[in-house]
Amino acid sequence: MKTETLETSTGSDVPSHDGFFGQLRVAITGGTSGLGLALVREFSARGARVAFLARHAEPVAKVERENKNTHGIVADVSDKDAIYPAALQIVGELGGLEILINNASDLGAVPLALLADTNCEDLGKAMATNVLGPFRLTNALLGALSGSVREGRAALVVNISSDAAVTPYPKWGTYGVSKAALRHLTEIWNQELSVEGVRFLSFDPGDMDTPMHALAVPDADRTTLKTAEAAARDLITAIETALTRPA
Amino acid sequence: MIAATAPVQRPPRAKVMVVDPTGQIRDVPRATLLDQIQPGDLVVANDAATIPASLSGVHLPSHRPIEVRLAGVPSLDPDNREFSAVVFGEGDFHTRTEDRPQPPSLAAGEQLQMGPLSARILHLLDHPRLVMLEFDHSRDELWAGLAHHGRPIQYSHVPVPLALWDVWTPIAGPPVAFEPPSAGFALSWQLVTEMRVAGAQFQTITHAAGLSSTGDPLLDKRLPLDEPYRIPRATADAINQAKSNGKRIIAVGTTVVRALEHAVHEGKIAAGENLATGRIGVKTRLQVVDALLSGTHEPGTSHYELLRAFLTDAELERLTTELNLREYRTHEFGDSVLVSRTFNKLAEDKPRSQIPW
Repeated sequence: MKTETLETSTGSDVPSHDGFFGQLRVAITGGTSGLGLALVREFSARGARVAFLARHAEPVAKVERENKNTHGIVADVSDKDAIYPAALQIVGELGGLEILINNASDLGAVPLALLADTNCEDLGKAMATNVLGPFRLTNALLGALSGSVREGRAALVVNISSDAAVTPYPKWGTYGVSKAALRHLTEIWNQELSVEGVRFLSFDPGDMDTPMHALAVPDADRTTLKTAEAAARDLITAIETALTRPA
Repeated sequence: MIAATAPVQRPPRAKVMVVDPTGQIRDVPRATLLDQIQPGDLVVANDAATIPASLSGVHLPSHRPIEVRLAGVPSLDPDNREFSAVVFGEGDFHTRTEDRPQPPSLAAGEQLQMGPLSARILHLLDHPRLVMLEFDHSRDELWAGLAHHGRPIQYSHVPVPLALWDVWTPIAGPPVAFEPPSAGFALSWQLVTEMRVAGAQFQTITHAAGLSSTGDPLLDKRLPLDEPYRIPRATADAINQAKSNGKRIIAVGTTVVRALEHAVHEGKIAAGENLATGRIGVKTRLQVVDALLSGTHEPGTSHYELLRAFLTDAELERLTTELNLREYRTHEFGDSVLVSRTFNKLAEDKPRSQIPW
């Protein structure tokens, strides 16, 4: 079974389905800015229960205050020692888990550089956030996710991807290599665990007007970029489609 | 037996001693465990994740250092803030629990401070070191405090400090266990998926496994304490279906035996949450579980006593002799046994070999 790479569709408002989303427990990494923040807000508004991770306590507390049914967890996904304590908090606070969205990303050193000019430490840091973090957190949460399946509910892991995972753009080496690895991880996981009913998706949100994009392309014409809110709605539509379709 | 001292859940050379329904004993590599599973078998495991239940802190009235080991909960209510706990004096896991100093005298109403967490002693549980605590925190604060200040309960026979990843089984989900349901260390995702492909079923319960020992003879006699468990509807249905079709129920871990044999009424397993009380032992007439995958257990422990529900005394003695002769490793990260019930007390204790399988 091949992984579905969900392409970004043109944004359209998805009607609220409290019954559907009210049943969902969602964990989102990188939940205080960009796409992650938009996802926290959107899932919260639709009635899902959300645990989100981010590195800094102050924005975590602010996002938690501003969004109902959310649980903020201060954790750095690139830190091996932080993963199991974060997983403990996620499952303890939500009581279980249906959806994990590995969204937190590290662009690598900016300004973007040729691979030949890239420090191995910067590559390692991006791999820790973009590959090892999702790998560790997903494995730590597989028990909770598969438990949802055994009880007749859904279980889905979404890994946020990029066209840089597929196309080798010069100067995007650090990010592209790590996202390519994450995409491969997603496909292999999906094949290995399909018998358990836990599904894995790569989602490319497209070029978004986010703080990370501004770091990568400081002179971009922001009017041509998609909003994080539109990308979040697209992803939620894709998730809804995946979860309402037979495995 | 030899104590397993390295926190490796599935060492390549792990072994399993298999006792079949006729009482025959075989020593096989645990890597071949799948060969012991038959089409139609229903394997039931405990999916509890382990809480970092060891909390260093201070007994505020005396200002003396203590270690609090959370030991149990009255229910699986996610908003529960009450825990039974065993309190130790100063020191850590490098000292055997038997040799640890006593804590200060404890009394109802006293406050304990454990890093960012504070709790009040509600009352003593008929022992000077066994208390019921109530934490002064919201649910999120409590989980954050446990995540950042708590450590898994450590063992003096494992010299390196245990991290959470050492004690979570691959299937760990709801964090409600105080020590790991360590029989589940033998499970890998490969084994789980291959069991399904081979025509067996795999289901789980959630059982709040408590402390395995405290080092205090009086307390240890009371173990296991009452433990809440939850049986999902899908698991109850699968068990009832399997039993009515004459299929085997294989429990992964003693907690599963305790929960399932507690939950059965008039031959049927009921779904839902309940509180397991009492012990499984020589007087237990097993109604649900046909075989048990477990660690190796030494005589005198409650886990060893539980095996007496599966085997005659002579068979259990022979099993123990074999485990010793073949240098099986014991404790949490040790080797395994797969013990079939060799006789059926429900059928007037006839030898198992005379009963249709």
